[in-house]
Amino acid sequence: MTIHLLEPPVLEPPVLAPMTWTDVGAVTDIPLRGARRVPTPSGDVAVFRTGDGGVFALIDRCPHKGGPLSQGIVHGRAVTCPLHAWNIDLATGQPMGADQGKGCAPVAPLRVEEGRILLGRPR
Amino acid sequence: MPAPPSRERLVVIGNGMAGCRAVQEVLRRDPDRYEIVIFGAEPRVNYDRIMLSPVLAGEKRFEDIVINDEAWYRDNGILLHSGVTVEAIDREARTVHAAGDLSVGYDRLILATGSDPVRLPLPGAELAGVVAFRDLDDVQAMVAAAGEGGQAVVIGGGLLGIEAAYGLVRRGMAATVVHLMDVLMERQLDASAGFLLEEALAARGVETVLGASSEQILGEDGRVTGLKLTDGRILPCSLLVMAVGIRPSTGLAKAAGLDVGRGVLVDDAMRTSDPHIFAVGECLEHRGQCYGLVAPIWDMCRTLAQTLTGDEGAYAGSVLSTRLKVSGVDVFSAGEFAGGEGCEDIVFRDAGRGVYKRVVLRQGRVAGAVLFGDAADGGWYFDLMRSGAEVGDIRETLIFGQAATEGLRGLDPSAAVAAMADQAEVCGCNGVCKGTITSAIAGQGLATLEAVRAATKASASCGACTPLVEKLLKLTLGDGFQAQTGPKSVCGCTGHGHDHVRRTIVEQGLKSMPAAMQALEWTTPDGCGSCRPALNYYLLCAWPGEYRDDKQSRFINERVHANIQKDGTYSVVPRMWGGLTSAAELRAIADVVDRFAIPTVKVTGGQRIDLLGVKKDDLPAVWADLNAAGMVSGHAYAKGLRTVKTCVGSDWCRFGTQDSTGLGVRLEKFMWGSWTPAKVKLGVSGCPRNCAEATCKDIGVVCVDSGYEIHVGGAAGLHIQGTELLTKVTTEQEAIWVICAVTQLYREEGWYLERIYKWMARVGLDHIRAQTEDPDSRRTLYDRFAFSQRFSRIDPWAERVAGRHAEEFTPMSRRMEFEPT
Ligand code: SRM
Ligand SMILES: Cc1cc2nc3c(=O)[nH]c(=O)nc-3n(C[C@H](O)[C@H](O)[C@H](O)COP(=O)(O)OP(=O)(O)OC[C@H]3O[C@@H](n4cnc5c(N)ncnc54)[C@H](O)[C@@H]3O)c2cc1C
Ligand code: SF4
Ligand code: FES
Repeated sequence: MTIHLLEPPVLEPPVLAPMTWTDVGAVTDIPLRGARRVPTPSGDVAVFRTGDGGVFALIDRCPHKGGPLSQGIVHGRAVTCPLHAWNIDLATGQPMGADQGKGCAPVAPLRVEEGRILLGRPR
Repeated sequence: MPAPPSRERLVVIGNGMAGCRAVQEVLRRDPDRYEIVIFGAEPRVNYDRIMLSPVLAGEKRFEDIVINDEAWYRDNGILLHSGVTVEAIDREARTVHAAGDLSVGYDRLILATGSDPVRLPLPGAELAGVVAFRDLDDVQAMVAAAGEGGQAVVIGGGLLGIEAAYGLVRRGMAATVVHLMDVLMERQLDASAGFLLEEALAARGVETVLGASSEQILGEDGRVTGLKLTDGRILPCSLLVMAVGIRPSTGLAKAAGLDVGRGVLVDDAMRTSDPHIFAVGECLEHRGQCYGLVAPIWDMCRTLAQTLTGDEGAYAGSVLSTRLKVSGVDVFSAGEFAGGEGCEDIVFRDAGRGVYKRVVLRQGRVAGAVLFGDAADGGWYFDLMRSGAEVGDIRETLIFGQAATEGLRGLDPSAAVAAMADQAEVCGCNGVCKGTITSAIAGQGLATLEAVRAATKASASCGACTPLVEKLLKLTLGDGFQAQTGPKSVCGCTGHGHDHVRRTIVEQGLKSMPAAMQALEWTTPDGCGSCRPALNYYLLCAWPGEYRDDKQSRFINERVHANIQKDGTYSVVPRMWGGLTSAAELRAIADVVDRFAIPTVKVTGGQRIDLLGVKKDDLPAVWADLNAAGMVSGHAYAKGLRTVKTCVGSDWCRFGTQDSTGLGVRLEKFMWGSWTPAKVKLGVSGCPRNCAEATCKDIGVVCVDSGYEIHVGGAAGLHIQGTELLTKVTTEQEAIWVICAVTQLYREEGWYLERIYKWMARVGLDHIRAQTEDPDSRRTLYDRFAFSQRFSRIDPWAERVAGRHAEEFTPMSRRMEFEPT
């Protein structure tokens, strides 16, 4: 039987504003379908890992009433806020479904290099 | 054939896939241009390295995989130094020096040294019986070891590791793949496909251990005897294969002073930083990219040959493709599936055929696909992906593949259905064609979806074809058809209701979340925040002691065993058995409050004390102090047993008829820790004055002179609901039996988040009574509850104080906590 397995294409790294990058740990430090927190002077950053291995970072504050998104259930590419169950798109920080358009949790600058997670701080 | 002196000499280092292919390409363009010399460290002719897997599996012999035999070298006037390693390049003198004092001058030099397998620097890595999987020598070593039978361990669950393990099993060994990540081939597969691969491998005798990191290779008398993992597990083995990756072989180039990054750096013409030296294959780095597959190598070889025969070639990088060579396992993976902005998944599962398909759309175009079990449409998705075509108008049928989509293109849905051939398959699960359905509708006078399901089995499994079957009903019956609704589905990820899901889990012995999602044909890759906690509970209830709780599918409160508050802090409620406490407990609580500056202490409506406003990182320390005073989690957060409210009863009260406090404590001590579909609260009152409010609890006991009245189905929250009297018993022991039996029946039948009163409204009090009054059925229910409790009465706080899930209570990193100075 013929089987094809195509590797994910290599994406050009996006052009980024000047940043200082900090290594905050390995991708595998986050459970699959889970999240971890990284405290910063302006509040926690939530770093998520989806079931298919994607890594995303958002400011850890739900656009609804500030719930800590890092404590929610991660499914697909979304997280359900632990306080009132809004679903937030991990890639954009936007609420999904009925709550679409009601604010957003800002996306935090993130790079993944050789299994390490780097968070950016604007210079 | 003496070379005419005018010919330039082309020297190739590396007699592998790239080196020889480059020579072939040069010869094809200009056979007489160069005098060619090839050095190969391996003592053999050029062979197809990717076919080493079938050689290992005994499906092919070495002779079958030779690409160029000795005659080829002879006929093309190529001088092959096989078994000779080049040791240095003198760029000044344009000469290569090889083992055995051999020096050969060059006009042009090609580096095609491939890569070296990565060897983990584990203690014991030098033991005999530890091998890599790269060349024929490795394969021969593995085949020899397999001849002795025994157990092999393969570190690395990527393509190579899986093929190695599969090959070894075919050779008669038992093989286990140990993988660092939680998903096999995680770079190509998502968790669902990875799970199916795991199952397919298990069916072929290959075991997998995921999420495991290796600590040490154990040995005796210089030979490997096992692998020790960091969690302490030891996997015994007589052969250990490391298949953890490759590293471009750049030593020669580096020593010669060429520019080297991860690989030997080349430009678009495949030229290194020395204009006389070129590189092809895995040893190079081009535009920041190293390659580990042959398809790009063929592209590189064409470009290099162009450059070497006069035209400046231009290589622009390649789209990668490879095959998993495990017989009967049909897998396809392309593009991205870890998505990003605006991505959308379409998922199709066919449990009967073991098929899982997932197509990822981004802004209306195919961005990636993972197919398992049926990869026939892989090429089509790949073409759609590469061409970036808009697929909005074929979205509905996209997942069913090219044939279905093209068959229906351009037709409006009803016309499309009308136009379908009678032989066209409508229900993939049960293989039912359109003709079978329409003739059943007409011939047997069927009028409803249910009737069609019963008569033909169409739409009776995954339900994906339900809209199609409904259209056929409409088409055949005209306006006589009315769409109907079936049982409410668990959530948007599935068409199945809770009962069906629970039954299937038990009947088919499904013991993990991916297994359940596949067998029940979930339409999303990993469920949602609604169905995952439900499935987790159903699995836990069905397989006590066996199913491993999935903490990522727990709502935060149950994941961290505390209640989240509006400001992200937590509340902590220790158990006070039956509402009893003591000076020592109160003192310990007071000390904890002081020590952790807990802002609010409150008596709850459930007869215990709530400590509110605890910081998440402090939770384990708070619990440790409470544990030290003998207190355990009160599960104030759980879909499980909460409180057992009691009154003072016959011990003190002048009206008390029985020891209600004692019974409450006994019930709580036996039932605590149990997980249930929704929360369960008990109350035990010492007389019909009912000071413990037993008749508005999920299960309540009202003590009377002659015994114990057992009431069920009360609530006093969103709905005020008095209980119904279930039964009356004469002894305390019987009361405990009945209560545990009712609880177990509810555990086994309740839908997730359905409280006892709702369950009772659905199944009827008579049903509950019949099951719990009959001594046999009561006994077996009680026994099942007691068995499950053996694994549940464990204080989750103490486990976490001891370090379980420590990562949950600490930030990932504190390196960004303060402003940089
Ligand atoms: C702490 C407490 C209030 C208090 O300060 O007294 C409380 C607090 C909460 N209750 Fe309650 N309930 C508390 C006793 C009650 C009672 C009284 C009782 O148990 O005797 C009731 C009515 C009886 C009943 O359950 O039928 C009650 C009916 C509810 C309901 C409605 C349930 C229903 O099915 O109608 C909810 C909502 C839910 O569970 O979905 C709820 C939910 C909640 C939650 C968990 C809300 C939430 O999801 O976060 C509150 C958590 C606060 C926290 O973090 O501790 N609470 N709640 C009481 C804790 C009892 C305990 O020791 O475990
Ligand atoms: C078991 C296995 C299965 C694979 N399956 C697939 C697959 O299904 N699909 C796919 O696309 N790819 C697969 N690959 C990868 C593929 O084989 C490689 O990408 C390809 O062989 C690389 O070609 P290369 O010429 O760069 O390196 P190689 O084929 O490794 O050739 C390099 C040669 O150079 C020699 N050499 C190195 N240094 C010197 C020196 N100093 N002097 C003399 N000689 C030297 C080496 O001995 C070696 O023979 C597989 C690989 C393995 C090991
Ligand atoms: S009554 Fe409402 S506000 Fe009060 S504790 Fe219960 S859920 Fe919270
Ligand atoms: S704070 Fe997140 S849903 Fe309300």
